[in-house]
Amino acid sequence: MFWNKLKKTTLIAAAGISIAGTALAQEPNDPFRGPALESLEGKWVAYLPISTGFDLAQAWGGVVKKEAERYGMKFTIQDPNWSTDAMAQGMTSLIAEGPDVIVTQNPDTQSLARLMMQANRAGIAVIQMNMQGAVQTDAFVGPDYIAMGHEIADMAIEKCGSGTDTSHKISIVQGVITGGVSYFQVQGIMDTLSKRDDIEIVSSQAADWDASKARAITETVLQQHPDLCAILDMWDGQAIGTGAAVKQAGLSDSITVITSGGGAASTCDLIRDDTFDIVVNYDAPGMGRDAWSSVMIVMQNGGGGKLKTQVFSPTYVMTKENVDEASCWNPEKYASRLR
Amino acid sequence: MQLGGRLKNVSQERIVFAITLSMFCVFAVGLDGFLATNNLLSLLRSVAVLGILGLGMLIVVLGRGIDLSLVAIMAISVAWTIQLVGTGTSLGTALAIGFGFALSMGLITGILVAYAEIPAIFATLAMGTFVYGFGRAHLITGTDVVYLPASFGWASQIGQGRLVGIPIPIILAVILGGLVYIFLRYSKHGWNTYNIGDNTPAARIAGIAVRPTIVMQYMLSGAMAYVAGLITSTAVQSMNTRIVNSNMIYDVILIVVLGGVSLSGGRGNVRNVMVGALLIGVLVNGMTILDIQYTIQNVIKSLILLFAIVADSIINPRDEQTGQQGDI
Repeated sequence: MFWNKLKKTTLIAAAGISIAGTALAQEPNDPFRGPALESLEGKWVAYLPISTGFDLAQAWGGVVKKEAERYGMKFTIQDPNWSTDAMAQGMTSLIAEGPDVIVTQNPDTQSLARLMMQANRAGIAVIQMNMQGAVQTDAFVGPDYIAMGHEIADMAIEKCGSGTDTSHKISIVQGVITGGVSYFQVQGIMDTLSKRDDIEIVSSQAADWDASKARAITETVLQQHPDLCAILDMWDGQAIGTGAAVKQAGLSDSITVITSGGGAASTCDLIRDDTFDIVVNYDAPGMGRDAWSSVMIVMQNGGGGKLKTQVFSPTYVMTKENVDEASCWNPEKYASRLR
Repeated sequence: MQLGGRLKNVSQERIVFAITLSMFCVFAVGLDGFLATNNLLSLLRSVAVLGILGLGMLIVVLGRGIDLSLVAIMAISVAWTIQLVGTGTSLGTALAIGFGFALSMGLITGILVAYAEIPAIFATLAMGTFVYGFGRAHLITGTDVVYLPASFGWASQIGQGRLVGIPIPIILAVILGGLVYIFLRYSKHGWNTYNIGDNTPAARIAGIAVRPTIVMQYMLSGAMAYVAGLITSTAVQSMNTRIVNSNMIYDVILIVVLGGVSLSGGRGNVRNVMVGALLIGVLVNGMTILDIQYTIQNVIKSLILLFAIVADSIINPRDEQTGQQGDI
């Protein structure tokens, strides 16, 4: 028995050495690289954001396009220019043409839901960026907005809560009410704040992602509540109007403007000039990388909703103290890749 | 809309003014802080841009036209100006180029309407799309929101500054309103604008240079668009070209029509635009103080609009005499 075992072990060892010997004699080879590259080469990534004209979509698309082309994939882009109709049409025609992956962004939770399911059924992988729809597809890439809402509410409590010498009044500026980014952030904020009674929400209005509207709303709110403590705005592109209203009312010192965004250079400049006090940065080029990772995962494991993953992108809090270390990227760098 | 007749004194303008006054009184009594000077200033400020665009629209509508390209010209000419300053062009030059762009787009529209005789509604619809498309493809190539660079200097006061405590946008709106009033009331071209709108063939027979006057109207409305754009952009430190896709142009038409300017031309003046703008200003301001959601605000706004129009059509019913050809 013992001898048999010893014999077996020796044989295995000998075999092992001989295999190692042949391997050493040839080029070292990665047996996994080939199939991975094959699964990508010649495949088609279709990019359908809500518009290609804004910083987030440019960063995501720029990163994905560069990587897709590196691996010999075809990359196409459609620009519905903020029209939900055009986007639904684009999605419908894409389903007919049959790309391998559609990277898209929901204008709201419902509009594309059925079409995304249809694409999945046709075997097309669907990756949703930032704005989560009502259905789960191969991947959702974006920060965990509910958690971000909790985080923002906690910061508001820290600035305006019962322990502080303030009016404890805050105002909320929503985006498009049904848009995932706004909806889930507000849900998270209300989650946290509803458990406390020291914070008073004096206004919660939607500005439809429009800076001018945000400015007008905030100007009126400030007339009523000049002692406001903080304003929570759901997107930096809109908060520029909110911040401008605060600044022009001469209340920058007493009111904390908290918002979130992809961290483009323009946002960093607005932190430096006191328009924003705190920005939760979800780093759009980083999200582009997450999107590309999702593309690789679905291509190597088969798309069409076989694997469904929530890819929560990392975020970090940006203030005047750390803005100089932040990656304040230039949208033009990514926009030029998409042209 | 009303041509003499039984209830001449109860024109749509008066109905709207009465609604505005009653809303104002309700808010003044019911809402704390509504009557505060600062709130009234912010109320006026919030409709200053709409009012200025309304003045441009007024001039065109009086000449029996309509300008649907106003918002596109406003967004692209100003966004281009800001981008030029951002890339190192001097402020003065950039402002001149942007203004020149707005004027020349107005010129082209005017030529299309006056000489090619394309109906204004189609010519300006097409021009609006063209200006936006051309601008986004060739002039503003980066993000569709162009941020104001620090080198914008004094010009950023246009939207942000105050003069003796009054926000500059209000002052500009009042000055422009005065200029348009003087132009329409006392200048030859102003009178001709009314005449052309009232009866174009008769105006032509009377020896009025109809075509050049129409071209001038569109150029004036382009100029108004540029000023309104400068205020919008400097107030929020950015120009959002997406505004072209919004329903802002309908808001402009709304305040013009609401105030009682006839879309069939020849009837209306600066006062009508002011009344229309005031109603919207009072409504939106009061509803924001009441913390009414934006979507609900739109519903209320449109209900009041409908009410004003229904009241007008009951008090001033249309008949063969009052209904004009070309009235929309």
